[in-house]
Amino acid sequence: MTHWLSKNLIRIYAVLAIFFILLPIFYTVAFSFNDAQKRNISWQGFTLTAWLNPCEPIGICEALGNSFKVGIPATILATVMGTMIAFALGRYNFRGRGTTNLLIFLPMATPEVVLGASLLSMFINIKVGSGLLPVIIAHTMFCVSFVVVTVKARVASLDPKLEEAARDLYASEWETFRRVTLPLVAPGIAAAALLSFALSFDDFIITNFNSGVVDTFPEYVWTAALRGVPPQANVIGTLMFIIALAFVFAGQVLSKRRLTK
Amino acid sequence: MALAHAEVGNKAHAPKKRAKRIAYFLLAPGLTWLLIFFAFPLINLAETSTKTPAPTFETGEFVQTFRFSNFVDAFVNNQEQFFRSFLYALIATLFALAIAYPLAYAIAFRSGPWKNLMLILVVAPFFTSFLLRTLAWKQILGAEGPVVSALQFLGILPPEATITATAFSVILGLTYNFLPFMTLPIYASLDRIDYRLLEASGDLYANGVTTFRKVTLPLSAPGVVAGTLLTFIPASGDYINAQLLGSPENYMIGNVINSRFFRVVDYPTAAALSFILMATILVLVVIYIRRLGTDELV
Repeated sequence: MTHWLSKNLIRIYAVLAIFFILLPIFYTVAFSFNDAQKRNISWQGFTLTAWLNPCEPIGICEALGNSFKVGIPATILATVMGTMIAFALGRYNFRGRGTTNLLIFLPMATPEVVLGASLLSMFINIKVGSGLLPVIIAHTMFCVSFVVVTVKARVASLDPKLEEAARDLYASEWETFRRVTLPLVAPGIAAAALLSFALSFDDFIITNFNSGVVDTFPEYVWTAALRGVPPQANVIGTLMFIIALAFVFAGQVLSKRRLTK
Repeated sequence: MALAHAEVGNKAHAPKKRAKRIAYFLLAPGLTWLLIFFAFPLINLAETSTKTPAPTFETGEFVQTFRFSNFVDAFVNNQEQFFRSFLYALIATLFALAIAYPLAYAIAFRSGPWKNLMLILVVAPFFTSFLLRTLAWKQILGAEGPVVSALQFLGILPPEATITATAFSVILGLTYNFLPFMTLPIYASLDRIDYRLLEASGDLYANGVTTFRKVTLPLSAPGVVAGTLLTFIPASGDYINAQLLGSPENYMIGNVINSRFFRVVDYPTAAALSFILMATILVLVVIYIRRLGTDELV
């Protein structure tokens, strides 16, 4: 009896924890259907108005567009540079490994407010204005570390025998990399790219320090929060949630298919 | 001549040399980026931190006077917020650990076919906007929300009392927002544990508690260390939760840095505060890791 309880108590606890995690997400989704204008705080009744006119509030879709304009280049840059570093760390011996690791670790151990403030003070000192370009630079900077960590784990888990086998079969170094190593590491790179985009898309603190008058989606929400966030913001939040989930499920299906092949 | 000689002498090491060159080529773009846009800005911030207002008293204009007492002033004037930041971050980290460890344990050992789904649900917050989720908490805990009405109905909370704009809601927000960062590393370290080790411990007549204390917990320690750091560090620098869910009485050091930069336009103080925050965190992290390096956990 006590065994049963101890075994299931933790399951009940886990379900409650997941309920806690999902509660605000459920709220975000539900209030995208709320029949409220600007003060979308208490439930007024079901409507599809916000879903049918997602771009109605001034500046919301422009801000969303800016988030993509920042997120896509930052993701590409960070994924390429981070993957290169991950391969160097996972596959080669070189002097300065400790310093490299430190330089990768420190941005993750620095509070965002410090990262944002330091970049801004540099841009002020060298008289570079704020805007989307500094934001892309900043996002690339903090995403690189996360890409390195994610891809490095995948590179480290590779069986070196597979690459040796390719070389034994007279594959050149480049062919081994392209036909064996890269396909095996690809899921890690894809996960790192998704993570980068999610981090970039959701970043507010560093963005707010460096974007000046241009707004990204989180900045739009922040400014709108002073007057009341329109339900359309919840619509966009919900859509992004669905798209991200679709990506994750697609990834799982793909990796399963690979295993069964 | 000397070069040619060296080349002949190093023929055996040629592939090694080539490998090194490839490594540096792979490292170059990323590390250069981090040097220019992470390390260099920090130097800039250091330089800014000892400046004083320009004699013209123009807003945003400062001159370098190497006034190191900026640091003392910044700390003394904001002691309260510093203390509060670390206190809130510490409590939030402990709460997050208390929620995340059993959750990660359940996913790793007790979830059966639901494992993948539960993992996706744990990272689900990553897929919705951080601000929208925090605003949702503001709604949930707010005066018109379900929690307050329920508690008032039950007579636990007096009418007119609120939950938002208190330390409780700020800490709840911090706990919530960094929960996935706590759960995932703990899950990863638990999932790596060979379940046979736990069975072996049982075979050797260890009861559940002993097995957990002597086998599971030490083996999951790396995940706990990573998770607590990934929660504590961002939480101590956060200002969003304090601003949205708290009142000025709950403001943390992040709020001060932010307002020094944007509202007061006092870059030197903001820079000095950032440095003190970063230095304190680094010191705490080093002490923490050293402590756990010795057999603290067993």
